[in-house]
Amino acid sequence: MSGAEALASAPRNWTRRRLAAGAVQAAVLAAVALVAWLAAGNLSANLGRLGVNTGFGFLGRPAGFAISQHLVDYSESSTYFQALEVAVLNTLLLAVVSIVLATPLGFALGLARRSSNGLLSALAGGYVELLRNLPLLLQLFFWYFAVLRALPAPRVSLSLPGAIFLNVRGLILPRPMEAPGLGAVLAALVLGIGLAVAAIARIRRRRAQSGDAPMPRLVVLALIVAPPILAAIVVGPPIHWELPELHGFNFTGGLVVQPEFVAMAVALSLYSAAYIAEIVRAGIDAVSRGQVEAARALGLRPRTINAKIVVPQALRVIVPPLGNEYLRLFRNTTLAAAIGYPDLTLIFAGTAVNQTAQPVEVMVIVCACYLAINLAVSAAINEYNRRLGRSYR
Amino acid sequence: MSVAAPPVALSPRRRARSFLWSCVSTPVNAALSLAIVLALLYWVPGLIAWALVEARWSGPPAGCHDAAGACWSFVGRRWPLILYGGYPEGERWRVDLLFALVLVAGALLLSRRVTHKGVIGLLLIVAVPPLTALLLLGGVAGLTYVPTTRWGGLMLTVALGGAALAGSLPVGLALALCRRSHLPVIRGFAVALIEFLRGVPLVPLLFLAMTVLPLFLPPGSDPSPLLRAVVAFILFNGAAMAEVFRGGLQAIPKGQFEAARGLGLSPARTMALVILPQAIAIVTPGLLNVAVAIVKETTVILIIGLYDFFNEIVAGLADPQWLQGGAEVLNTGYVFAGLVYWAVCFGLSRVSARLELAKERRA
Repeated sequence: MSGAEALASAPRNWTRRRLAAGAVQAAVLAAVALVAWLAAGNLSANLGRLGVNTGFGFLGRPAGFAISQHLVDYSESSTYFQALEVAVLNTLLLAVVSIVLATPLGFALGLARRSSNGLLSALAGGYVELLRNLPLLLQLFFWYFAVLRALPAPRVSLSLPGAIFLNVRGLILPRPMEAPGLGAVLAALVLGIGLAVAAIARIRRRRAQSGDAPMPRLVVLALIVAPPILAAIVVGPPIHWELPELHGFNFTGGLVVQPEFVAMAVALSLYSAAYIAEIVRAGIDAVSRGQVEAARALGLRPRTINAKIVVPQALRVIVPPLGNEYLRLFRNTTLAAAIGYPDLTLIFAGTAVNQTAQPVEVMVIVCACYLAINLAVSAAINEYNRRLGRSYR
Repeated sequence: MSVAAPPVALSPRRRARSFLWSCVSTPVNAALSLAIVLALLYWVPGLIAWALVEARWSGPPAGCHDAAGACWSFVGRRWPLILYGGYPEGERWRVDLLFALVLVAGALLLSRRVTHKGVIGLLLIVAVPPLTALLLLGGVAGLTYVPTTRWGGLMLTVALGGAALAGSLPVGLALALCRRSHLPVIRGFAVALIEFLRGVPLVPLLFLAMTVLPLFLPPGSDPSPLLRAVVAFILFNGAAMAEVFRGGLQAIPKGQFEAARGLGLSPARTMALVILPQAIAIVTPGLLNVAVAIVKETTVILIIGLYDFFNEIVAGLADPQWLQGGAEVLNTGYVFAGLVYWAVCFGLSRVSARLELAKERRA
C-alpha cells in the first residue's frame, strides 16, 4: 500500500474502529443491564418469599434498642433515624479522637526514626515494625480483653494524676461543666482573635509598603490570649470541673468513657502512629542533604535549620499520604463491631439489619454514609494537592 | 537530638562504630542512650523470664492459675484445634497437603535459583486454587465431603488468604486495564467499582456479602458463609491491587507503546508481550504489600462468626476450662497469635523491601 492509498483509507479505518468501540460498549452495557435485571428479579422473588417490608419508611419508626454511648439525646423510643445520627457521631468521635492521639505520636516516632542517636532510631524502628506487622484486630483484642478487662474493680481503681481513674468499667475523667464566666470568656476570645487578625493585616500592609516590618509573634499571641484571661479573672472561670467521686461500689460524677471506646482509641492510634511515623520519615528523607548542608554553611543553627528548611519542605511530602492514613484509620473504626463499641457498622449493619429485616435498605444507608465521608475527605486531600502543585509553578 | 538525613551505605564495621558513636555524640544523646539502656535492662530480662523461665510448658489449665509466666500448655493442648479447627480427624492429611503446598510454593517463589517464576505464579493463580478447593471440600474422587462450616483454624486462614490473593490478582489487573480503557463506558464502570470498593470499609462489605448478596442470587442457591466472605475479600483487595497495577502501568514510558505499535503488534499483544511483563516487575513489591494486608485482614472474619486461626485461639481463651487458668493464659494466647502473624507479615514485607531495593539499583 502506498502512502497516498494509506491516507485515503485512513478515514474508513477510523470509522470502522469507532463502530467497533461503540459495539463493544453497547455489549458491555447490555451485559450489565442483563445481570442487573436478573439480580432485580431474584431480589423481588426472595423478598416476596420472605414477605418483608420495603422502602425507607422504617427510618421514622421507633428503633426500640438502647445504645450505650450517645452524644445526642437518644432513648429506646427514638427513631431509626436518630439511631443513625448517634451511630455516625460515635464513628466520627472515635475517628477524630484517634487521629488527635495518633498524629503527635506518629510525628515523634518519625523524628526519632531519623534521630542522630542510633539507639533511639532503632527503638522507633522496632516499634514501627512490631505494630505494622500485627493484625489490628489482634491488637484491639489484646487491649480490650487482656488489658482493660483485667483492670481492677471501681473500688480499687488505678488513680492517675488529675483526678483520672481507670478501672474495669472504663476511663473516668473530670467532666467540664459550664460556669458563669463562659459567655464573657468566649466573647473576649472572639475579640482577641479579631484584634490579632487586624494586627496581622496592618503589619502585612506596612511590610508591603516599606519592604521590612517585623512580625512580633509573641505580641500577636498575647493579643489572642490576654482578653480571655482578663475576662476569666474579672468575671470568673469559664468552666468548672466536676470531679468523679467514689460512692460505695461505683463512681458518681465525672465523665465515664466506656472501655470499648478506650480500647478502640488506643489500638487505632498506636497502629496508625506506626504508619504515620513511616510517612514522616519519608518526608524527612525527601529533603535533600544539600539543603541541610547549605543551611549549615550559611551558619544557621540546627534548630533554625529544622524549623525553616527541613520542616516546610518535608510537610509538602507528608501531608497528602497523611490524609490517606487518616482515611484508613476512619475505615478501621469499623472493627468496633468486634468488641461492641456502638459505631455505624455495629448499630446499623448489625442491630438494625436484624431488627428491621430490611438488609438492602439498611446496607445502602451504611455504605452511603461511609462513601460520603470518604469521598469528602478525599476531595479535600485532592484540593490540597492541586493547590500545592500550583504553588510550585 | 537533631534530625539527620538517611545514613549512606557503610561497611558493617564502620557502621557499628558510627552507631556506637551516634549514641554518645552529644551529652543529650548520651543521657538519652543511658535512659534507653536502663529501660531495656529493666524490661528485657522480665520478658525473657515470663516467656521461658517462669513459663508452664505442660499440664492442665488449672496448673496455670498460679503461674508467674507464660502458659504455653494452652497452645500445646489446643494445637489440633488451632491447626485444623473442626476438620474431621481422619481427613486431616488433606489439610497437611495444603500446608505442604503453601510451603513448596513459597520456597519456589522465593528461591533465587528457580526460573520461570511467571509460569509458576500463573499456575498458582489459575490451576492450584480450584484443585485445592476440591481437595479440601471433597465429594469427588472418593474423598469424603467436608462442608466449609467444619473448616477452621490455620487451615481456614490459609484457605481464605490464598483464595483472596489468587482471586484479587486477576480482578485487580482487569480493573486496572479497564480503568485505562479509552472506551468511556468501560472506564466509567471500572472507576465507579474501584471508588466504591475503596470507600466502603471491609467490615461493612462483609456484612453486605452476608446479608444482601444472597438476596440477589436465585432463590435456593445458598452460598456458604465462607464463600460469601471470599467474594467480599476478592472484591475489596481487587480494588487495592487495581490501584497498585495502575501505578505500574503509568510508570511505563509512552515510547514502549509506540515502539510496539510501530513493530505492528496489535493492542492486545502490545499489552501482553511488552507492557505487562515490565509493569508486573515494577508492581511486585506493591502487590506483596497488599498480600501482607490480606494476611492481617483475614482475622476480620471473626466478626461474621467464622473460626480462623485467630478466632480459634480467642475461642480457646473463652473456654470455661481455660478461663480458670487466670490472666497469664490470656496473655499467652495473644502473644502466640501475635508471634505467628508477625513472623509471616514481617517476612513478606522484608521480601517486598528487598525487591524494591533491587528495583532501585536497576534503575
